[in-house]
Amino acid sequence: MDAIVAQLQRQYRDYTISLYQQGILDDQFTELKKMQDDGSDFVAEVLSLFFEDCVRLIGNMARALDQTGTVDFSIVGASVHQLKGSSSSVGAKRVKGLCVTFKEFCDTQNYEGCVRCLQQVDIEYKTLKTKLQDMFNLEKQIVQAGGKVPQVDIN
Amino acid sequence: MAVGEVMRMEVPAGGDLTVTSPELHVLAVDDSIVDRKVIERLLRISSCKVTTVESGARALQYLGLDGDKGVSNLKDLKVNLIVTDYSMPGLTGYDLLKKIKESSAFREIPVVIMSSENILPRIEQCLKEGAEDFLLKPVKLADVKRIKQLILSNEAEECKNLSHSNKRKLEEEDIDSSSSSSHDDSSVKDIPSSKRIKSESENRSSLL
Repeated sequence: MDAIVAQLQRQYRDYTISLYQQGILDDQFTELKKMQDDGSDFVAEVLSLFFEDCVRLIGNMARALDQTGTVDFSIVGASVHQLKGSSSSVGAKRVKGLCVTFKEFCDTQNYEGCVRCLQQVDIEYKTLKTKLQDMFNLEKQIVQAGGKVPQVDIN
Repeated sequence: MAVGEVMRMEVPAGGDLTVTSPELHVLAVDDSIVDRKVIERLLRISSCKVTTVESGARALQYLGLDGDKGVSNLKDLKVNLIVTDYSMPGLTGYDLLKKIKESSAFREIPVVIMSSENILPRIEQCLKEGAEDFLLKPVKLADVKRIKQLILSNEAEECKNLSHSNKRKLEEEDIDSSSSSSHDDSSVKDIPSSKRIKSESENRSSLL
């Protein structure tokens, strides 16, 4: 049993570190983990709210960019600003970075740029969602195997 | 005393004034549901009671400042600190700050502004209007701990000044050793609050 736990913990550690190294997560995610005590689902709950926010805001952006007439870039920009804020608050580094670029395209009213960013943001949040799901699953497996989820030191 | 008074410490006639860490009731205002969840958690971890609202208008409603009576008279809803996002649709955090400072009932409540944008004129404008502090998002646990410490040490100051007890000198010694304010207490006490905020903003600009 211990060997299995140890292996799962190693896997978990490596996986988590890789998410940071790939720039998918940043230290705000570490901060969220600090706020969670053992047994609570705080991180999962916040991320769940974040992903709901992504769906809603990306929907707004898509609708605003889908105008047959003139596009109101300030409406797109407002949703991008909100997404930038919430991605920053959860440590979703890549999503946040894309929002910065996206915001610039909104400010310069660059339609193609906006459409590209919209596609990328959509892919990126879904990627994050999948990877975090894998990470949470590993945590569950560790606990089910009788072990404790290790604190992963990023630095 | 008026509703919304920051804190009342009962000073027994002949007794000691021991400052145990009181539970602050914080009103957190943010239009982002993610940020509300995070700030609520940060405040709860720091042993604060938290009420979150999604807009400046709701915040005013909660405080009873929107014209309706009712809520403002309930004692257990007394708010010790307001933490608000700056960029919100409708009433911005700055607008909310102004309304609170214009109100005789609530102007003593410390207001902290949060923003994802590090814009110095914005920060200065808020501090000038009477904001206690300005936090850059994303907010971290260390930020909340610092704010709580600041608020508690300010309240200890006020209680010290309000005290009419004969044991005043003894009490001052107790409070000075237990509060861990980063400012020089003796100078802070005598400086009007607007000047104190100005010197805080100077400290802050060097940190940014």
